[in-house]
Amino acid sequence: MELTGAEIVCESLLKEDVDVIFGLPGGAVLPFYGALSGYPQLRHILVRHEQAAAMAADGYARATGKVGVCTATSGPGATNLVTGIAGAMMDSIPMVAITGQVPRPAIGRDAFQETDITGITLPITKHNILVMEVDDIAPAIKEAFYIARSGRPGPVLLDIPKDVLAGERRPFVWPDAIDLQGYYPPGEADDIQLSQAIELINQAERPVILAGHGVLISHAYAELRELAEKAQIPVITTLLGISSFPTDHFLHAGMPGMHGMAYASLAIDKADLLISLGMRFDDRVTGRLSDFAPNAKVVHVDVDPSEFHKNVKATVPVLGELKQVLRQMLPVVERKTHVEWLQYIDTLRAEHPSLNIRQTNELLPQFVMKQLSDITEGEAIIVTGVGQHQMWAAQHYAYKEPNSLLTSGGLGAMGFEVPAALGAKVGKPEKTVWSIAGDGGFQMTMCDLATAVENNIDVKFAILNNGTLGMVHQWQEFFYDKDFFATVYSGNPDFVKLADAFGITGIRVTDKSQVEAAIRQAMETPGPVVVDFIVKQDEQVYPMIPAGESVKEMMEEPVPERIF
Amino acid sequence: MNGNGQHHTIIALVQDKPGVLTRVAGLFRRRGFNISSLAVGNSEQKGLSRMTFVVDGDQYTVDQATRQLDKLIEVVKVANISDEEIVSRELALIKVQVTPDTRGEILELVQPFRAEIVDVGAKSMVIEVTGSGDKIRALYDLLEPFGILELMRTGRVAMVRGLSQGKVSDDLVLDYHGDHLKASEAYEVGSY
Ligand SMILES: Cc1ncc(C[n+]2csc(CCOP(=O)(O)OP(=O)(O)O)c2C)c(N)n1
Ligand SMILES: [Mg+2]
Repeated sequence: MELTGAEIVCESLLKEDVDVIFGLPGGAVLPFYGALSGYPQLRHILVRHEQAAAMAADGYARATGKVGVCTATSGPGATNLVTGIAGAMMDSIPMVAITGQVPRPAIGRDAFQETDITGITLPITKHNILVMEVDDIAPAIKEAFYIARSGRPGPVLLDIPKDVLAGERRPFVWPDAIDLQGYYPPGEADDIQLSQAIELINQAERPVILAGHGVLISHAYAELRELAEKAQIPVITTLLGISSFPTDHFLHAGMPGMHGMAYASLAIDKADLLISLGMRFDDRVTGRLSDFAPNAKVVHVDVDPSEFHKNVKATVPVLGELKQVLRQMLPVVERKTHVEWLQYIDTLRAEHPSLNIRQTNELLPQFVMKQLSDITEGEAIIVTGVGQHQMWAAQHYAYKEPNSLLTSGGLGAMGFEVPAALGAKVGKPEKTVWSIAGDGGFQMTMCDLATAVENNIDVKFAILNNGTLGMVHQWQEFFYDKDFFATVYSGNPDFVKLADAFGITGIRVTDKSQVEAAIRQAMETPGPVVVDFIVKQDEQVYPMIPAGESVKEMMEEPVPERIF
Repeated sequence: MNGNGQHHTIIALVQDKPGVLTRVAGLFRRRGFNISSLAVGNSEQKGLSRMTFVVDGDQYTVDQATRQLDKLIEVVKVANISDEEIVSRELALIKVQVTPDTRGEILELVQPFRAEIVDVGAKSMVIEVTGSGDKIRALYDLLEPFGILELMRTGRVAMVRGLSQGKVSDDLVLDYHGDHLKASEAYEVGSY
């Protein structure tokens, strides 16, 4: 049977086990939508802004490990996807974005709504393809999904001209194989690299594991835990590595870096070996490189060879897919105890209790996070925006399950909290999903509350409303002479009324005593709920290592003077 | 750590598809690197082209960019062959002004360069010369006093001597750097 290009797209998506697509139509992509209506197996979720489509696909991918799919029309539809795609690139998220393009004869003629979206997304996609023939559609889709999810995952964009989607009918032929000559995602590690790494691990006296997003991507949490327990090595999880190792495990030693726990950064400072698993030494982790881990050798395991020596020189780089590499390592890693080292870290923990929340009657955002953690027993999926609330969510929630913190790490895109939470809930309907929003970020994407309502996507939104662009405000406090220019929102909307306007429950919390009841009420109310926590303004995130500095310059929360 | 480093000769085997050149060039553009010479053409394998390009930059950044080049889906192999034993050639066409008086002198001058005269006009002559960049520059300098009307160069093409089929890119990955990074070698991102 001969199909249109649009039907071939749908058939191909079914072959790739796609069950949901986030998108918003327009002229150029309309033939695809025309076909989509005949494929009820492909659930389409209509968003209010294409950025939400991309970020929802991202959230879906992070929560499920599957490829997230989004779609938009040419021109403004496609450019609205850009921030979401860039975020997926930075955080290695498997995503396929399908955009309509103006018809082939119109390309290059500045046609209505023509933008060169493959050109625009060249540096922010793992790959992109302008599909110029109907017969190229199926192979392009197969390639796109394979590239998106294999190796170091990332977004792939397919740009398909309207007349390729609509005109000609061709037989649907799903290719058996793909031919990507220059692309071989690594598997097991090379023996030499492996034995050198093992030697360093077995000799180390003060080793730490730095677990990154790669652990989650390769589903290597069981292996990570086994490695840590067998050789009694403390595990520090990067922002994107959080939830790859249980927060309450006695070997868990916090998050490193700019707003990490002091004991984590201090442990790295003292360590004689970093075992870096699927992480990329972001500058938010390392601070000033010359002072980073000055006593440590580095075993760096990654699936992407261009990460080796990029920021930190690896003593031994180990190229391979993390789960397989850890399985190779486990039998040859010696059982160890590292008693002194672990005791030392416990001392650090006692002397630098970065997670203490001070006693006060004010409503502290940290307190809200801690309550949420206790009430949900660390089992919810937490989706954050970017800023102070993001750091408090990283610090004060005791994550118990893999892939339970979804956050825009590399790109740091405000507005992620709303759509990514929708995507996560769509992918994991059985999980409780809490969006931890900043009042700033929430307002960037809150139009998509309507999407939640329309599709009954049961996300609970907690706005940590400090009335400011809090994190920037904090930088002004510390580094710009408290010149709080352009960071205070004096005209925020009433988020409870706003919830009401969307037809959902809104709860305002102004006092500590109301926190628990509000969280419980939100969880007991079916469907999306907005809880507006009016938290203390001017609260700072501690510890803080200023950008470009080191653990020596770390600022910890000042302890209030005791009055006896 | 930008720009003013050494010359690096990089060869890449790439799939013959639209946009490949843009992708490759983009990785250098992103760093503000200038590609000082670029040559692309069919390779011995169907569907694959070989690129030779010369960029200026420090070793670290060029290495990093080379590894990232290798990540491009359409790049099959890539190698920085600057430290290898290589043969490299470039072709130039030089159009020079001539008068009846200077014609003989020019003909004599180009001979040791094994250059060829490929076009002769009443007032000009086109000379074809092949060789290293230095050789081309030397001839250019000699011809300059006669008045050069146009210079056109192909860009360098290069090949590793001997049996190697253009180093496999994995070699880039397997190198061990031994000692842990010293403070002085750290590549700072700087603060922002
Ligand atoms: C799209 C975008 N624009 C600007 C920034 C810079 N930025 C980082 S944090 C921040 C403040 C965020 O405010 P809010 O969402 O209220 O979170 P808070 O820090 O107050 O918790 C800003 C403006 C950003 N990360 N993303
Ligand atoms: Mg705020």
